[in-house]
Amino acid sequence: MSFRIERFTPASRATAIVALIALAFLVAAPWLTGRANIRLLGEMFSFLALASLWNLLAGYCGLVSVGQQAFVGFGGYMLFALAIFLGFDPLLAIPVAGLLGAVLAIPVGTLLFRLQGAYFAIGSWVFAEVLRLSFAQVSSLGGGSGASLPTSVVTGIASNREWREILIYWTGLALAVAVLLIVIALLRSKLGLALTGLRDSEIASESLGVNSWLTKMTVYVSVAGLTTMIGSFIFLQKLRISPDAAFSVNDWTAYVIFIAVIGGIGTIEGPIIGTIIFFLLRETLADLGTTYLLVLGALAILVMLKAPRGVWGLISERSRISLVPVRRQVRFD
Amino acid sequence: MAEVLLSTHGLKAGYGDFQALFGMDVALNRGEVLALIGANGAGKSTLLKAMTGLVRCQPDMVRFKGEPIGGQRPDRIARHGIAMVPEGRRLFRSLTVEENLVIGGERARKGAWTLERIYALFPILNERRKNPGTALSGGQQQMVAIGRALMANPEVILFDEISLGLAPVVIKDIYAALPAIVESGISAILVEQDVSRALAVSNRFACVQEGKVSLAGTPSQFSRAEITAAYFGT
Amino acid sequence: MDWINAIVQGVLLGGLYALFAAGLSLIFGVMRLVNIAHGDLIVLAAYVALVVVEATGLHPLLSAILVVPVMAAIGYGMQRFLLNPTIGKDLLSPLLVTFGISVILQNGLLIGFTADSRRLSAGALETASFEPVTGLTLGVLPLAMFIMSVLVIFLLDHVFFHTRLGRAFRATSDDGEIAQLMMIDRRHIFAMAMALSLGVVAIAGIFLAIRTNFDPSSGPTRLIFGFEAVIIGGLGNLWGTLAGGIVLGVAQAIGAQISPGWQILAGHIVFFLVLAVSPRGLFPKMD
Repeated sequence: MSFRIERFTPASRATAIVALIALAFLVAAPWLTGRANIRLLGEMFSFLALASLWNLLAGYCGLVSVGQQAFVGFGGYMLFALAIFLGFDPLLAIPVAGLLGAVLAIPVGTLLFRLQGAYFAIGSWVFAEVLRLSFAQVSSLGGGSGASLPTSVVTGIASNREWREILIYWTGLALAVAVLLIVIALLRSKLGLALTGLRDSEIASESLGVNSWLTKMTVYVSVAGLTTMIGSFIFLQKLRISPDAAFSVNDWTAYVIFIAVIGGIGTIEGPIIGTIIFFLLRETLADLGTTYLLVLGALAILVMLKAPRGVWGLISERSRISLVPVRRQVRFD
Repeated sequence: MAEVLLSTHGLKAGYGDFQALFGMDVALNRGEVLALIGANGAGKSTLLKAMTGLVRCQPDMVRFKGEPIGGQRPDRIARHGIAMVPEGRRLFRSLTVEENLVIGGERARKGAWTLERIYALFPILNERRKNPGTALSGGQQQMVAIGRALMANPEVILFDEISLGLAPVVIKDIYAALPAIVESGISAILVEQDVSRALAVSNRFACVQEGKVSLAGTPSQFSRAEITAAYFGT
Repeated sequence: MDWINAIVQGVLLGGLYALFAAGLSLIFGVMRLVNIAHGDLIVLAAYVALVVVEATGLHPLLSAILVVPVMAAIGYGMQRFLLNPTIGKDLLSPLLVTFGISVILQNGLLIGFTADSRRLSAGALETASFEPVTGLTLGVLPLAMFIMSVLVIFLLDHVFFHTRLGRAFRATSDDGEIAQLMMIDRRHIFAMAMALSLGVVAIAGIFLAIRTNFDPSSGPTRLIFGFEAVIIGGLGNLWGTLAGGIVLGVAQAIGAQISPGWQILAGHIVFFLVLAVSPRGLFPKMD
């Protein structure tokens, strides 16, 4: 009997083609649509990336963090610090900040991994609070009231505003695409296999030589680095930072969790669908203000109770389609 | 004709995608000890779990005094008067010996079995009653597990592998308690690896193989060779 | 003498933190659930107390007669209808449901009570103080609240280790499957644990409302303080939790003496230090 191991399906090939076409449109978007939409798209890219990263951590790794705002804010502040104090080009500062975020994540992860089960969640939040309170003490970055990116730094990206905005937009697009590709690649790698094993049975996987701690740490550090880069991008787009905005649990964790939960935790497609739903809701319900958040909270609970795999889970259960397969399938010829 | 107390009818059950029981029919009469024998993985423990509600099944697949109880929550099934001595004892590790016994009976109807009577049956437990349950030897833990089940004053006790991992001398002590339990009016199902021991203390037996009953009757009804054949499926 | 005063105040504040922690710890102990909405529930209790005091004219401390049963009932219902369906599958689902509850509570309170910060007045008791030794001033109210906190923890400890309900809590925590065979209905036991937790939360909320200003967004900080007290003290040990609360209160008081900006930060730093040096807490359970 002959067989081959396949990961690509007809649906996944179609996805790749559709994705490439969509990407082409997104690259050309600055000439196709107005400034407001470009800003909105930039925001969507950051939430898509944050949700995919959170999903990798919680949905695949069992590390439920409510403290990812730590790295978002750290990224923002590192961008400002590198550009203002060391004269870095802001676009170059983004990967450097990412590296710093990853390095920071090593000792932090080491400590937080000592917390039992879901206590990790609150521990990660405490760390974010430590950063918020610490950066509020740094007077050269504006202390508690925050700082703006100096004009000289901003004009350093590109001298006219139009090109500057296009460059920032492309940076966001590139980051979001890179994050998605990295998440997919990670899940398809040996590490992804180890994660699946750990999710099914930690003891069994460890007996087969999977180092649970190291596997989770690798993911945690990678996610931290990438989240930091997204944070840098977010505050490059905003041009202004303050401790409360940078380390906001609502903006960078609550919304992100809603996106992942509603879209579907533990799937690649979930965060994409979730981001679209989230922004649709936001653009239509934002006038409701506080009630809008109330609705989001209730919706998230409803999804967890009635459809824990989210909207994408409902779709894929019905149609048995996986647009981005990360599993291997054995086909007998 | 003896009254059928606890019975299964075409019982199918399993864990997730894995099916362990394929149409199992077993009946326990009032006042008897029924031995369940069979190789590892034959489905004996799953049968007990389905009877106690720890594994889901259809309502009419398990009946108690004729009433369908299959698929009910474990705590409801326990209230009908079905207790279990689980495989591996599974004492509550943060409870003392006495608390382990008390918790077995404090939600049940009162009856002949009281703390004093358990201590009379297993005097060593009285000495160790303030110890954490898990600080005891394997045999003593098994006594606590049996006492815990008795405290509920049940009509049926399901014993799952009570001699597993115990020294022969200790097993003898444990089995010595069985007659007192049966005489108090409790019927029992005994899952046991040691076939000769199980057959020696039981009124009837059922041999389980690949999720079905392959042979059932009284121990004297069949030769050892027939029972061995049913056991191994040869 | 300023320092000694600060430390004594820190100890008294620690009692309140231990109350924040006790309910959190109880829930984790019984069902391994981390309740992200815990702090928001404390704030909810503070608002319930506010409403009760305004409606009945009762003294804030006496409002507990109504606030405790109301919160306990909320806890029972919340567990039964929202949390029980998600328990046992994985860590993620119940955690995220409590996260949703937290968001709903914060925004619900914002709609109902605006973002203005509020406070409960304890009347003349508030300013009463005495000087046990020269230079050291003790407020009667903070001291009374500390003593009541210790009493609540004593009662909780008693329930957990010496009652039928407590046995069921421990048995369910040890082996939920076998506990069911003891005729224990897990859904009810979990709901009772949440009810008890929110009963403690009710008292914590009243004390919070008397001690400080609060607003709908005050919850997360209280969750974090409670959590830090649990981890500093060591899991599964209520007296350790009390000690953890005191350590946290003292750390914050010392931080505040150095610089106001350091008050909260000092507590977080002590938390991370304990995690680094003694990950099982300062007073781990003996077993």
